[in-house]
Parts: sequence; structure tokens; C-alpha cells
Amino acid sequence: MKGMVVRGATVVDSSGVRRADVAIDDREIVAVESSIDAAGGRRVVDASGCLVLPGLVDLHAHLRDPGNPECETVESASRAAARGGYTAVVAMPNTDPPIDSVEVVRYVQERATRAMTEVAVAGTITAGRKGERLAPMGEMFEAGVRLFTDDGAGVQDALLMRRAMEYAGGLGAIIAEHCEEARLAYRGHMHEGRWSSFLGIPGIPAEAEEVMAARDIALSRLTGCRLHLLHISTTGTLDLVRKAFKAGLPVTGEVAPHHLSLSDAEVASYDPQFKVNPPLRPAEDVRSLVNALVSGEVVVATDHAPHPADSKELPFDQAPPGMLGLETALGVVWTVLTSGSGLSTGLDDMPVLSFEEAAAVVVEAMSVVPARIAGLEGAQGGTVRAGSAANLCVFDPAATWVVDRNRLASLSANTPYDGRKLTGRVRHTIFRGEPVVVDGEPLR
Amino acid sequence: MSRSLLSVDDLGAAGIQSIMRLSDSFAEVSSRSIPRVPALRGKTIAALFYEDSTRTRLSFEAAAKRLSADVMSFAVKSSSMSKGESLRDTVQTLGAMGADAFVVRHASAGAARLVSRWTDAAVVNAGDGWHEHPTQALADCYTLHRRFGGAAFTMAGLHAVIVGDVKHSRVARSNVKAFTALGARVTLVGPATLMPPCLDGWPVSVEVDLDRVLPDADIVYLLRLQSERTDESLLPSQREYTARWGLTRRRAALLPGRATVMHPGPMNRGVEIDPEVADREFCVVGDQVRNGVPVRMAVLFWLLGSGLPTGESSGQVLAVDGGDAHQPDSIGASDEEVR
Repeated sequence: MKGMVVRGATVVDSSGVRRADVAIDDREIVAVESSIDAAGGRRVVDASGCLVLPGLVDLHAHLRDPGNPECETVESASRAAARGGYTAVVAMPNTDPPIDSVEVVRYVQERATRAMTEVAVAGTITAGRKGERLAPMGEMFEAGVRLFTDDGAGVQDALLMRRAMEYAGGLGAIIAEHCEEARLAYRGHMHEGRWSSFLGIPGIPAEAEEVMAARDIALSRLTGCRLHLLHISTTGTLDLVRKAFKAGLPVTGEVAPHHLSLSDAEVASYDPQFKVNPPLRPAEDVRSLVNALVSGEVVVATDHAPHPADSKELPFDQAPPGMLGLETALGVVWTVLTSGSGLSTGLDDMPVLSFEEAAAVVVEAMSVVPARIAGLEGAQGGTVRAGSAANLCVFDPAATWVVDRNRLASLSANTPYDGRKLTGRVRHTIFRGEPVVVDGEPLR
Repeated sequence: MSRSLLSVDDLGAAGIQSIMRLSDSFAEVSSRSIPRVPALRGKTIAALFYEDSTRTRLSFEAAAKRLSADVMSFAVKSSSMSKGESLRDTVQTLGAMGADAFVVRHASAGAARLVSRWTDAAVVNAGDGWHEHPTQALADCYTLHRRFGGAAFTMAGLHAVIVGDVKHSRVARSNVKAFTALGARVTLVGPATLMPPCLDGWPVSVEVDLDRVLPDADIVYLLRLQSERTDESLLPSQREYTARWGLTRRRAALLPGRATVMHPGPMNRGVEIDPEVADREFCVVGDQVRNGVPVRMAVLFWLLGSGLPTGESSGQVLAVDGGDAHQPDSIGASDEEVR
């Protein structure tokens, strides 16, 4: 391979912001300098007006593989991810069968060899994701799994969760919890509050999330195990996480782009595209989450959840929860951070960031810290400098685009952003030195 | 895109009053020996009932037939839906058969709104989950209008007390909107477990103690208590509900003489209301059912008819039908006489 030069961009990483070209040979960055010519026949990738960021890392993607190839596969999800600027995703284990054994871990890993991003496989905490007894976490750890979760549901049994955290802590793995107390969330389909009361849709109170977050933070203190809280959606959970930080506990948290941009008022349409779990929350929670992102307290993870079209044409309470996220995440986050208004909150006191400030938030919350949580540091989420792995996201911060559900790389179309205008679009994605997305189009 | 009635909000006060005026005209039709007019001759109304509701379905069918419309009835329990055709496919199939309107009853909130997205035909919400049941509210408003009289179709100055399981009640949601739109003051009474979790933005007051509000009530609207509410621990027992929120004889004596007692039916005698109190003159449950037909005629005509038959022009749609009630679809000279 002759290599390439990414030319004309502004490089943003943990070390700061500078105008520079980036030269890549094979899988590695070989030079980051103010001007690099194309001597030696290097391919030139135009990035003028763009930001070059370390490739994004998604801690939370449902690849539906094995089990639902009509919805998504490892390959199609990785194409969607690459189009969204991601160079690594964590494959959630609530597949069919669930990723609760070395055999299924190896199956996904094998599929991942043909993917357009790195795919880190997460394993379940409990066998069959049934919440009854521990899955073979040690064996899966040996096979490379670093994050364990029963995502899709929380581990309801506090004693079992204690054991899981003790055991996983001993392995050096991380436990990621879907915080939802099932009895409190009983039969709910949207956030319980003003809108659910008005629409006559059974609600899920914020407390269903907060009760379990509080329990698990306490268990992290008890066991010393690293705890990652998935898709934080309420102000109350953020308060608990801050208290955990103050106490020095090994706790991290993520928020999803939809919770940073959409409020429960969207459900007034009764359109199941706005059904997700945890549910969209009131605008005040959206603002709390955006503020937490800006202040570096949480990372962004997509909770990319493909569903077939007919399942989202059911009445709201019969439709499955979940939204696509990989292809829109950066555009949504960028729009939220730089426009101030969010997409639907209607609040006028949202933070407004400059390009440089927003880029710094994106680098930390969508690449550097997620890579560390997933155990991918080194290969992912590094600084853009000679010697680093060539995993890059080239992002045009000024490009505006309208999301079209029929023109996504995902095999599914259940995006809540169909028809919405976003500011900021991924132009190129470079994975292990290979341009896998050029001018927004996947090359394979 | 046709008109639809998905929520009382689609009407507002002026719309409710238009329906009331139309209902007055159609009530007169209902009282004739041959209660049928050709107002919707040639129109096809599809009744999609995904929940058991014989009363509402029969009321709509009677209304459609009295307007000379054709009725396609599709009764299916939601439990069998997963095995069969999807709601969307059913709507498109019946649409292809020429349905001009869908009357939709479904256990899911928002179902009628979904149907309206999939069809150009008019859609009437005949009850969607806990959300709304607008024609019940219209029948209730019309019943009150008949009882209290007055030409203005307003409820200004009246105090309506809605008692019981507001949380799970589509009737309560629609009636709160309709009563307040017409100017009434509304108080919700019941245990907190049966109140919606958040009432911000609802133009109502809330009271736990029924005895306190009864002396000041013009209308007491009792909601049905489903027996499963005690299984879900929303209530300790039906007995305790009756003791605290039932319209017992003792409580009935607290009501002012002008008060009207309503219930969407079917009543649990001995639970929401004392069996003897239910048979008193002020309990207008029978009127609510009776008035359901002209009100639903008015709604179907409002959605599918051409123009509002107000004033003199009402003669056009309200003229006596051809007279052959057994052959409503026959095309004969009598149709021409209507003009």
C-alpha cells in the first residue's frame, strides 16, 4: 500500500487543536505536519474545512447478529458505524442466542473480521440473559470480552448482581448495567409524567432507573468492581453518578444521542419511532444530560437498536423499543452542542459551544473515554500523531444534511430523525489505514 | 385527506356545539316510526373493533344504518391480532373495498391516530386504550344538554365531579376535555393510585374526599371500577373503594336537588353506586345510551356528509327516506324525492 495524506484539515485530539495534514502508511499514522506533500505516490484525501478526530468508539450497539439478519448484521452495522465516523463498536450481547458463551463470542468475533470497524464483543452477566445465574464470564474474558451486561433488562436480583460484580471485578472486567427496576417500570411504554398522563400511555417513572442506579453504585462500593451505567436518562441518575465520583468509586456513565436531543413531547404523535428504553424524558432532563456531557461527566453511546419496519407500524404499546443511532450520532451531538436549542426541547437555556469546544467534547466523550472503558485504548481513541493507529474520523462541522430513513447503511430504518436537518456530517472514515468511507459513502 | 374525530381536541367548543345541534336534528329522526334518512346513502363505514364492546359497536352501527350508510363490521379481539393480519393491512384491505370511514376501537392508546395515517378515509376513535373516547363524551354532553336545556349548548356555571379510576379511563380524558371546553368546572375525585401520575396542564382540581365535593356538584360522573384494579394492588379491596368513593345512599343525600348522576356503563351496582340509587330519576345512564345513537349519527354525518344541515337546509338530509327500511341501498324514485 502506498499510503495516503489527509489534507487540509484541522486536527483535534486530547492534545489540542492544530491545522495539519496527516500521512498514513499501512495501518499507522506516520506524520502529522502543517503541510505534507503527496510524494511517493500517496493517495490524497481532501479534508479541507474538516476536523480530523480520532475514530469514534461506540460502547453500545445492538448488531442483531446472531439472530436477526433481516434487521442488521455485524457487517451492516459496521458499515453504518463507519458512516457515522466510528472505528470501533461494542456489540451488545442480547442477541438470539445471547452472547453468553465462548462459542457465541467466537462467532461474532469471526464475523467481525470482515467488518468495517473494530468490533469488541460484550458478554452477558447471566446465563441466557435470564437473570438467574452467572454466565461463564471467566471463559468469555479469556476469549477477549472485557464488558459484561444483560442490557435490554437490568439484573433484578441484588444478590446475584453483587456476586457478578465481585466475580467480574476479580477478572478486571467491567459490569455495565441497564438500570431499570422491572416492577417499577411495570408495563410502561414511555416516560411517566405530564405527557404519559395526557396521552393515556402507561408510564415508566424516572425512579425505575434511579433505584437501580443507586443500588448498583452501592454494590460498586461494596465490591470495588468497575461499573458502567448504560443509557443514563434522568437528572436523578446524574446526581447519583456525581456522588459516586465524589466518593472515588470506579463508576462511569453514558448517554444516548436521542436522550440528548429529543423529549417525551415527541410521543404526542404516538409514532413508535419515538419509543425507546429508557424512554425519552422531559426537556429538563435533556438539558441536564447535555450539561453533564459538556462538563465531561458522561460519554456518548448510541444504543443503536435496529428493528424491522413492520414492528414500528404497530400501536405504540405493542411496538418494540429502540432507535437507530450509529449514522446520526455525531450529527445529532454536534447539532445539540453548537445550536443551543437542541432538536426538540424548546428550552432556551441550553449550552452553546464553539466549534473548538464542541470538538473537544466529542473527542473525549465519543472516542478517548469510551475506548478506555471498552478496554480498546492503544488501538482506539488515541492522539493523532506519528505512531498511532490510523483510525480517524474526518468530520465536516459546517455541512448540513437532512436525515433520510431510506438512505441509511443500516438494514433497518427506525431512525427518529427522519426528515430532520442536522449540522455536521462525517465525510471520511479511516479504519486501520483504509478509507472505508469517502465523501459519506461506504466503499464496501 | 378526510376529517377525523380522534380526540375531543379535534372539535373544540364550537365543534362540540355543532355536533350537539346536529344531534338535535338526528334525535328527531330517531323518534320517527321509520328512523332512517338517506344522508349517507352510498357511503361505507367500516367498524374495526379490536376490543369487545358490543354497546359502542351496536350504537355506531345503528347510527350508520339510520343514515343509510353501508356497514362493514370487523370484530377481532386484540389477542388474535398477532396471528392474523396487521392493523395496517386490515385498514388497507378495507380501504381497498371502499370504506369511506373507519370506526376504530382498540386497546392501545393512539391506535385510531395510527389508522388515520394509513388511510385517506375518515377515522372515528371509538375508544383507544386509556386515551380517549370522544363519542362517549359527546353523548354525555348531549345528555346534559337535554336535561339542563338551553339553546346555547354550554356548561358554564356547572360543576362536574368525576369519580374513580381516572388513570385508566378514556371516558374521563374525553369528558374532562369536553366539559371544560363547554365551560364547566371539573373536579376529579378518587384514590391517588387511580389518578393520572401527573395532572399538570389539566384544567381540573383534585380531591380525595368525595363527601366534601358532593354538596356542590351539578354532575356526578362515576367511572367503572375494573375488578383487576384490586389484583394490581391499586386498591386494598372493592369494599374499601365503595366505602370511600361509592355513591352510597348516605352520599346521595349530600347531593343538591339539581344534581345529575352519570356512568359510562356497564355499572357495577353495589360498587360504584348503590343499586337503589342507580334507579333514581337523577341517574341518566339510560339517556346516555339512548343519546349515543343520534350523537354518533351527527359525528358520522359531520365527517362524511356534504355540508352542515343547519337551519332550513337541514331538510335536505333529514327528509324522510324512501321508506323501505329493509332495502336501504335500493336506488329508487324515492331518492330523487329527497331533493
